[in-house]
Amino acid sequence: MAELDINDAVMTTRLDAVVNWGRKNSLWPMPFGVACCAIEFMSMMSSKYDLSRFGAEAMRFSPRQSDMMLVLGTITNKMAPVLRTIYAQMAEPKWVISVGVCASSGGMYRTYATLQGIDRIIPVDVYVPGCPPRPESIIYGVMKLQEQIEKESLSMRKDHIARFYESLERQDALQAAKGLTSQQTIREMLMDAGERGVGTIF
Amino acid sequence: MIIEHIDAQLPGTVTDRHDFRGDQTIVIAKENLLAVVDLLHREGFQFLVDITAVDWPEREQRFDVVYHWLNLASQERLRVKVPVADGESVASLAGLFKTANWFEREVFDLFGIRFEGHPDLRRLLTWDDFQGHALRKDFPLDGGDVFCMEGCTAPYNNGERGGE
Repeated sequence: MAELDINDAVMTTRLDAVVNWGRKNSLWPMPFGVACCAIEFMSMMSSKYDLSRFGAEAMRFSPRQSDMMLVLGTITNKMAPVLRTIYAQMAEPKWVISVGVCASSGGMYRTYATLQGIDRIIPVDVYVPGCPPRPESIIYGVMKLQEQIEKESLSMRKDHIARFYESLERQDALQAAKGLTSQQTIREMLMDAGERGVGTIF
Repeated sequence: MIIEHIDAQLPGTVTDRHDFRGDQTIVIAKENLLAVVDLLHREGFQFLVDITAVDWPEREQRFDVVYHWLNLASQERLRVKVPVADGESVASLAGLFKTANWFEREVFDLFGIRFEGHPDLRRLLTWDDFQGHALRKDFPLDGGDVFCMEGCTAPYNNGERGGE
């Protein structure tokens, strides 16, 4: 009887589902563009491919106002601490798309200078292959991220981010204790992780 | 033409030279660098285009420090090479040419060649506590990185790992 009174003004759902629905359709991209992938990204944002169709309209060049980081290009070891800081400064909850082979694995730069994949220092949600990937590929990556956001639970994402902050505290403590530069600290953490047979420092 | 000038005014300075289709190169000893630079400047070579270096690991004087000059009036170019051994230093040109400051820091960073009298000889491209000098031919390509070890060896060191 009560159901009839309410009619169609009320709909029941899970909190996860409705919050994630909002999140996935209002991603604010933060481009961390350092190389050719960033040019493809510009194309993706502009009229022909138009990422706005996916609700990712408001591109922000400030980490504090964005929640989807796109790492576009070759990240060097020298840049690694900067990438970690910018990820830490982003609004929560936050997601990362690694665009192109350089960001995902170091690509063809198997050298002393290039970070062999950004997933060693920050958590990555979606990897987009290609060198550079076409705008369609990056859009497909965003759609994959949307699918993922749809499925995750709120506490899952919270724990995911908390794990990163914990590693940031470890990094600061190590740096203060040994008096190293930030690059050297991350290198030490990576070396240590490598000896323990894990690929990441968070 | 400039090479003849140098020969005439500083006899015996040019130890080796070649001149191929306008590509003029001279080799001088590091003691004569400042005298040659002074002469070049008076002759109109007032634009220091670049300073770089080449590593020849099998040679006793292992590095060539290479200076590229341009005469803005005549558009003539000249390359000056200064051979130095590992651990030796070259006179800095930073006091004479402001552009030399960063060029020399870059050469110091990547080859480990010191420049006598440079006001601020710090690393330029790699980070402060980077180990070794990356453009030396015996520097391992991966810099000893644990995640980069598979099948990755540099020439001239028999495949051994590790920096300096």
